[in-house]
Amino acid sequence: MADVFDRVKEIIVERLDVDESKVTEGASFKDDLEADSLDVVELVMELEDEFDMEISDEEAEKINTVGDAVSYINSTQ
Amino acid sequence: MNFSLEGRTYIVMGVANKRSIAWGIAKALHDSGARLIFTYATERFEKPVRDLAESLDRDDSLFYECDVTDDEAINETFTNIKNDVGVVHGLAHCIAFANRDELKGEFIDTSREGFLLAQNISAFSLAAVSRAARDVMTEGGSIMTLTYLGGERVVENYNVMGVAKASLDMTMRYAANDLGKYGIRVNAISAGPIRTLSAKGVGDFNSILKEIEERAPLRKAVTQEEVGDVAYFLMSDLSRGITGEILHVDSGYSILGK
Repeated sequence: MADVFDRVKEIIVERLDVDESKVTEGASFKDDLEADSLDVVELVMELEDEFDMEISDEEAEKINTVGDAVSYINSTQ
Repeated sequence: MNFSLEGRTYIVMGVANKRSIAWGIAKALHDSGARLIFTYATERFEKPVRDLAESLDRDDSLFYECDVTDDEAINETFTNIKNDVGVVHGLAHCIAFANRDELKGEFIDTSREGFLLAQNISAFSLAAVSRAARDVMTEGGSIMTLTYLGGERVVENYNVMGVAKASLDMTMRYAANDLGKYGIRVNAISAGPIRTLSAKGVGDFNSILKEIEERAPLRKAVTQEEVGDVAYFLMSDLSRGITGEILHVDSGYSILGK
């Protein structure tokens, strides 16, 4: 589902102001994309809006990499 | 009577992003003709705040860093504001903080440090900035803060922030009593839950939101714009007879029993 990945990537690039090439499936939000804890919450909210869904606190805590976010979204669509 | 805010300047403290209630307030004041001064806690928020302000169709907004836990920083910010603009007509205090891990579970597990931190940033800061604002609000005006039902009644997971909001409510009333003689009113808006960055820090926030949509008399969540409109009312002369008051902008939720 490249489509979900591309949409997630677009949001990450815009929110975190990072280069597109750094946003890979394996990239960690905190370590590779330099997101602080507020950035991560903002991202979760943007993803909830973009994919019209709710990410519970427990699920959000498990999202550490771009790939984690993509697979969670895929599992709900 | 003219209720435009044209020719007046207002300080908005605490815009974090486009979802912030503070941003809803800023937009409403701007739409009514006000000039805005934004303050942000740390450098982290400077760019987001400047980017948002840029979307407003005027370019005389001002920006200052202001760490409300630091008395020197508050003095410096308000001295700069006095030098740069002279007179200010109102201030929106939209600032609160608690450790995220204390916004879930049992309140009595709150640490001493966490308790004092929430009180310091969320309640004492209103006293501190009201004192500083008095010296720039030489023509009188209106100060407002944001509170929440969790400071009047127990709201699951709101915990240490609820206790801080109770403290904020009384800080607001005592400040109203002190500042009335200078023609300065102090009030609070108790907004229903809105999906902000801060709100997402409260455990299981999504279900608090759902509860309002299903059970509040108006059967809908509160919007940033609805709070902004009431903030405009509090900042304008329409509300000139009101001080020391909490206005609930919550779709009526607070009138309900269980």
